[in-house]
Amino acid sequence: MLEAHGLTKCFGGLTAVRDVTTSFEKNRINAIIGPNGAGKTTFFNLVSGYHKPTSGRIVFDGQDVTGLRPDQVAKLGVARTFQSTNLFDQATVLDNLIVGHRLRTTSTFWDVVFNTRRLREDEHRCRAKAEEVLDFVGLSSVAHHLAADISQEERKRVAFALALATDPKIVLLDEPAGGVNPEETLGLAELIRKMIRKGLTVCLIEHKMDMIMSLADKIVVLDHGEMIAEGTPAEIRSNQRVIEAYLGADYAAA
Amino acid sequence: MTTKTWQKPLLAILLALAIVFPMVAANDYYIYVMSLAYIMAIAAVGLNLILGYTGQLNLAHAGFMAIGAYTVGILTVDYGVPYWAAFVLAGLLSAIIGFFAGLLSLRLKGHFFSIFTLCVGFMIYLIIEKWDGLTHGTVGIIDIPAPAGIGPIRFDNTWSQYYLVLFFLVLSLWLMSRIVHSLLGRAFVAIRNGEDLAETLGINLMRTKVLAFVLSTFYAGLAGALYAGFVRFIGPAMALESHTFDMIAFILVGGIGTLFGPLLGAILLTWLTQSLQFLQDYRMIVFGPLLILLVMYFPQGLIGYWRQRQVRRAAASEKDRRLQRSALSSRQEVQTNA
Ligand SMILES: Nc1ncnc2c1ncn2[C@@H]1O[C@H](COP(=O)(O)OP(=O)(O)O)[C@@H](O)[C@H]1O
Ligand SMILES: [Mg+2]
Repeated sequence: MLEAHGLTKCFGGLTAVRDVTTSFEKNRINAIIGPNGAGKTTFFNLVSGYHKPTSGRIVFDGQDVTGLRPDQVAKLGVARTFQSTNLFDQATVLDNLIVGHRLRTTSTFWDVVFNTRRLREDEHRCRAKAEEVLDFVGLSSVAHHLAADISQEERKRVAFALALATDPKIVLLDEPAGGVNPEETLGLAELIRKMIRKGLTVCLIEHKMDMIMSLADKIVVLDHGEMIAEGTPAEIRSNQRVIEAYLGADYAAA
Repeated sequence: MTTKTWQKPLLAILLALAIVFPMVAANDYYIYVMSLAYIMAIAAVGLNLILGYTGQLNLAHAGFMAIGAYTVGILTVDYGVPYWAAFVLAGLLSAIIGFFAGLLSLRLKGHFFSIFTLCVGFMIYLIIEKWDGLTHGTVGIIDIPAPAGIGPIRFDNTWSQYYLVLFFLVLSLWLMSRIVHSLLGRAFVAIRNGEDLAETLGINLMRTKVLAFVLSTFYAGLAGALYAGFVRFIGPAMALESHTFDMIAFILVGGIGTLFGPLLGAILLTWLTQSLQFLQDYRMIVFGPLLILLVMYFPQGLIGYWRQRQVRRAAASEKDRRLQRSALSSRQEVQTNA
């Protein structure tokens, strides 16, 4: 589904991602873990076209996507959420979501001027999509609330919904459970499983080990930009290098 | 939802008030001032598209208004081109120059973009002031003809010109309403909220921003063309950034990123300026603190504040209804269980 081949990104003298080669399988939950500054977000930025790799290739769905712009990558079916989500606080939650499906529409500026049927159909489809994804993440009840007035956990769900509105094949989630309490974290984990049941592929960055270990099919461990291990949760938990670099003795014993 | 139902009657009332205004105005001077406020509002509506909806602070906006005004001034006075032909060319020329200026300046982000456009505006000012042969330099252009009549309608007095300007104001707002309420308008707002997020939603940043820029300069050009035919004298100073700042003040007061904000701000501030005329330059002592208070307590502007309250109230009443419904059904459950 998604492959990285010798992926490297340097910022001046700093190598944020170094020669990473790995692959993520379709319809699985893949996780990237590692200490702060390990290059996890940079890896996402490379995959989603936000940074151009210094060297290496990215292949998505059999197609080389290295060097494409973020909007082009998005159209191919890669969606992502950010560590912090910027919603338009003065608009309702539903209004925030409608633009998410625009990339699947075709109307242009002239359709706007002449208010053509194509535009009205496009807008109808985008609104229907927004309602559908809002229902999917379980937030239909706050559809007409101002985005400013919803809780932190609801914001996280809206961010998921926005990514889903683009009709993606893979969703990259950057610390989806950051700043959310343990109970709500379970709810978000369940939502991620629901995305898999719907046929999506998920790749997430997360620090909450309990969540990762119970959720992920495959884990990739980064440290100082290098991939130091990859494998199933059981393999990662017993990997000596990972324990030293990241997990610590406590977690390995558990 | 409820806002929608009485929006139309409200708009009809406002339009009716605008139509009867010349009939109740004490003298022609008031009609003249109001027409000027409308012209500035058209320019500010354009600026609001790139600043309020797309989040790019373009400080060259007055420069583009001057390009529109000078296109009409030069073509009608020096080349005998009919007013309406010059009017159309003014909009097109501003938009074409806007396209290239946008292509260059929008490579920069945030403050860098603003500073660059400040320079663009100043360059427009310098070109107008120094290029004597084309623009009449510091003297400016005088005796610009009033808009030519269309059929039996003449535009040779303040009354008829007021209605002409009002017509273009309504047209501008109507087109802007289409734009900002469409998917395209939502793409502009997405860029304002966060360029990274907008891009990952598949929005082509450069293309969308340039489109917003071109549209806003088109509005500036048409407003300038109307200004030239209405005031009938133009000078290089109209390209100065201080006029852009006036428009920014209109937008902030009325409501940034709202359809009617620039119009409300233009009318309020124009009349406030008029009524404080006797204070001369000291009126800034009144203006400054007023603007600061407004930005502190109504950061979304007057219309933005009002709209936010509408949505909150609608959401609250919806929640009430839901609570009542669930209270009712749980009571029924208790009864059936008993
Ligand atoms: N745009 C950038 N410019 C320069 N350095 C960056 C940039 N983005 C990230 N870095 C650096 O790259 C390293 C990896 O960062 P990041 O990918 O955000 O780590 P993580 O998400 O794993 O915490 C850090 O040292 C960070 O300072
Ligand atoms: Mg990170």
